[in-house]
Amino acid sequence: MSRQVKFVQGNEACMEGALYAGVQFYAGYPITPSSEITEGMAMRLPATGGKFIQMEDEISSICAIVGASLTGHKVMTATSGPGFSLMQEGLGYAIMAEIPCVIVNVMRGGPSTGLPTHGSQGDVMQARWGVHGDHSIVALTASSHQDVFEMTVEAFNIAETYRTPVILLLDETVGHMREKLEIPEPGELPLVERLRTSVREGVNYHPYLPREDGRLPMSDFGDVHRYNVTGLYHDMWGFPTADPKMVHDLIRHLIDKIENRVNVLARYKEYYLDDAERVLVSYGCSARSALHVVKDRRLRGERLGLLELQTLWPFPADVVKHCCDGKKSVIVVEMNTGQIVHEVKKAVDRPDNVFLANRVDGEYITPPDILKVLRLIQGKGV
Amino acid sequence: MALKDYIRERFFPHMWCAGCGHGTVLNSLLRAVEQLGLSKNEIVMVSGIGCSARISGYVDFHSLHTLHGRALAFATGVKLSKPELNVIVPMGDGDALAIGGNHFLHAARRNIGMTAIVMNNKIYGMTGGQFSPLTGVGGMATTAPYASIDRSFDVVEIAKAAGATYVARSTAFHAQECTKMIHDAILHDGFSVVEIMTQCPTYYGRKNKLGEAPEMIKRFKDITTPIGSKAKQENPELIERGVFVEKNLPEYCAEYDKIIERAKGGA
Repeated sequence: MSRQVKFVQGNEACMEGALYAGVQFYAGYPITPSSEITEGMAMRLPATGGKFIQMEDEISSICAIVGASLTGHKVMTATSGPGFSLMQEGLGYAIMAEIPCVIVNVMRGGPSTGLPTHGSQGDVMQARWGVHGDHSIVALTASSHQDVFEMTVEAFNIAETYRTPVILLLDETVGHMREKLEIPEPGELPLVERLRTSVREGVNYHPYLPREDGRLPMSDFGDVHRYNVTGLYHDMWGFPTADPKMVHDLIRHLIDKIENRVNVLARYKEYYLDDAERVLVSYGCSARSALHVVKDRRLRGERLGLLELQTLWPFPADVVKHCCDGKKSVIVVEMNTGQIVHEVKKAVDRPDNVFLANRVDGEYITPPDILKVLRLIQGKGV
Repeated sequence: MALKDYIRERFFPHMWCAGCGHGTVLNSLLRAVEQLGLSKNEIVMVSGIGCSARISGYVDFHSLHTLHGRALAFATGVKLSKPELNVIVPMGDGDALAIGGNHFLHAARRNIGMTAIVMNNKIYGMTGGQFSPLTGVGGMATTAPYASIDRSFDVVEIAKAAGATYVARSTAFHAQECTKMIHDAILHDGFSVVEIMTQCPTYYGRKNKLGEAPEMIKRFKDITTPIGSKAKQENPELIERGVFVEKNLPEYCAEYDKIIERAKGGA
């Protein structure tokens, strides 16, 4: 059997990835530029026996997927900027209650209604810090449709492995662009199922007691173990507590289970980095222009390389440091006023050597936009 | 099964104030479940935030204590993904009709098979006695120190208008009536709403000079009357109790099963 080849939008590639990963429940509310994911799910999910529901808003959408996840299903929602803002409360709940779920945010320009049909990468920090309170989060991104597919599968795998919400940060350009997608055959990409408890009926089950490997075995609602799920600080049975030690231990657990695995969770691509004198760091649609610049400059004999990040949070500081330290300069390419650039500066030995090539007018960042910054740094003038 | 077997005893004593009506609701709820003979594993209790929401922790069912106002949204996910579960959603004033108002309307519109128990004590208790959308004009509250000018919702009218297929109202005075209504609501195949007027002596009672809990409970007897009673004709101010709606319309999860059949190329 040969791989199925399709010519699709990025949003459709995301939907295909979710189906491949085994999504069983989807709740969503339409918003540009993510609606094709919701539409696709309405069409395709029931044929797999899965459930689709169009909720009354984004708030209820994320709440519904959390509820469905607790019955033992792989769940997902998709939205865009303003909808993602509305989901923050539910996202925090999923973090606190450790509920596996995938939230796709196809980014548009903001703040507020902003630019619904234009590209932006302005929600990188909203993904990291939109939820109130200290916490950690996993956020992935992708620049091509093949990557969108694979990162969607990864998002489910990470969510199910670590009992955590995972955000997939796409952008309007990738979401609406059409290109080739080869759908891997079943079994080609590994799929992770959540760990279910082996504790027998009648034996005390602790839904929030991590095993030695840090994983927390789950029990489905409706199964033999009855437990409490809450957004409050809770003990190992899931019951509310304000005991200072338990509160401290829980927040440390929630943060450490992700931050201690930065390098395990780091997904990235390296282009021409071995001998590079200067490095571009980029992600999502911006990385496509960045790669074009790198290839173009290579043809002219310039030793330029690209680090394309696919994991944005937890920020892969070690990877960035490894790829950027000792280089003449680092240029971060992103479509916002500078969000990942600060993380790169924090990661490297010489932050003064890190520059930003960006664009925030709703237009796609082009190779000449990046080249302009590169030439300025090189002292060649514009 | 003994009634106390439905309770998570290690979490008692409960955190409700002395005289709170929510304990009566819990009692009625457990008696209804006992009468139905349901297994504890087939019940999911989903609650929002506030005094009412703590019910979910006290019962030995699968329990989901969520966000303020969002209980019905979480419950929708639970029910649609596993329709064989009995989903019961105890809610307070805000959960049901303030922050959660829109979810209430849409759960009713979909006619999804779960039971919403609205504990109407006309006040926000846990946050310290602020007025709610059920307080009504003239009610005193910490955020209505000169008396509320906000008109009140009528839970029954809203539930009816939004399409709930079982709608009933009772009070904490009429505990056996509550049990019967909750029993029937759980059995009902569709979105069922049971409004139970409960007393909050700590905030609503004190602020509105309604006396202690016993006086407030007795008052429910005086200010309510069965639907269509002669007393109501003589005194239109009386609040009617009873079952206002009980009809069979397609239930959402069952309808979705037909979608699955259609998508798979059947039917």
